[in-house]
Amino acid sequence: MDRVQIDRLMELMEYEFALTETALYLNTHPKDERALRIHNNNSAQYFRLKEAYEMDYGLLTNQGMSGYPWNYVEEPWPWDIDFIRI
Amino acid sequence: MWLYEKKLQYPVRVDTTNPTLAAMIIEQFGGADGELSAGLRYLSQRWTMPDKRVVATLNDIGTEELAHWEMIGTLVYRLTKDATIEQIKGTPFEAHYVNHGKSLYPHNAAGSPWTATYFNAKDDPIADLHEDMAAEEKARATYEWLINISDDPGVTDTLRFLRQREINHFQRFGESLMLMQDNNGCRKHY
Ligand SMILES: [Fe+2]
Repeated sequence: MDRVQIDRLMELMEYEFALTETALYLNTHPKDERALRIHNNNSAQYFRLKEAYEMDYGLLTNQGMSGYPWNYVEEPWPWDIDFIRI
Repeated sequence: MWLYEKKLQYPVRVDTTNPTLAAMIIEQFGGADGELSAGLRYLSQRWTMPDKRVVATLNDIGTEELAHWEMIGTLVYRLTKDATIEQIKGTPFEAHYVNHGKSLYPHNAAGSPWTATYFNAKDDPIADLHEDMAAEEKARATYEWLINISDDPGVTDTLRFLRQREINHFQRFGESLMLMQDNNGCRKHY
């Protein structure tokens, strides 16, 4: 994994975390329109970035389409990735 | 159902090889107030929780706890993966090593294996949510003690993130408790 790939994965992780936060909040505040707007905007961006990442580097889940050979097993498992201080 | 994604919730960084610290952090992998207990507690309580918003809270926090369990395992793994026998000998990690090598295994820092008696599911929303709130505070306290003994800046950074999540979860469970009390028409303030 080069620096660019790690940066793109970390960008994806940031959006994912933002979604986790707004989703948890919305579970107990389903009528908060402002939180819902933030969630929906981040959601659109997250799926756009995820699709682009998987196209460029390989699958993050085993449900996507892969070129030959099956690339899900190629990319490192998350505990083997060297995240460096930003 | 669950769907696995090949990423961590937070970029876990470990700066040193440190079997002693690994042996202490394993508390949160298989200890009473660790991430495995938290995840299975909330997920087990889902079926009988009467309010859909609270079921969603248990479901999603329970799922997040499993992601935290993976982060804790990653900390332990990376603190020990390059350790030589000489670096392991004489540390508290030695007792783990003679049984499990460098595998992850859920026991607490003192070596007691994980047990389901660490949590309960009572089919009673008030009892369950009070247990959940207490569990979050106990996990937060454990992270405080772990941060106090950590001598690896990368590990400390991840522990701080996890401590913050416990505070956030406590808040969400507190709101869930209020939703349940409103439902029962017997609003109480604690
Ligand atoms: Fe938690």
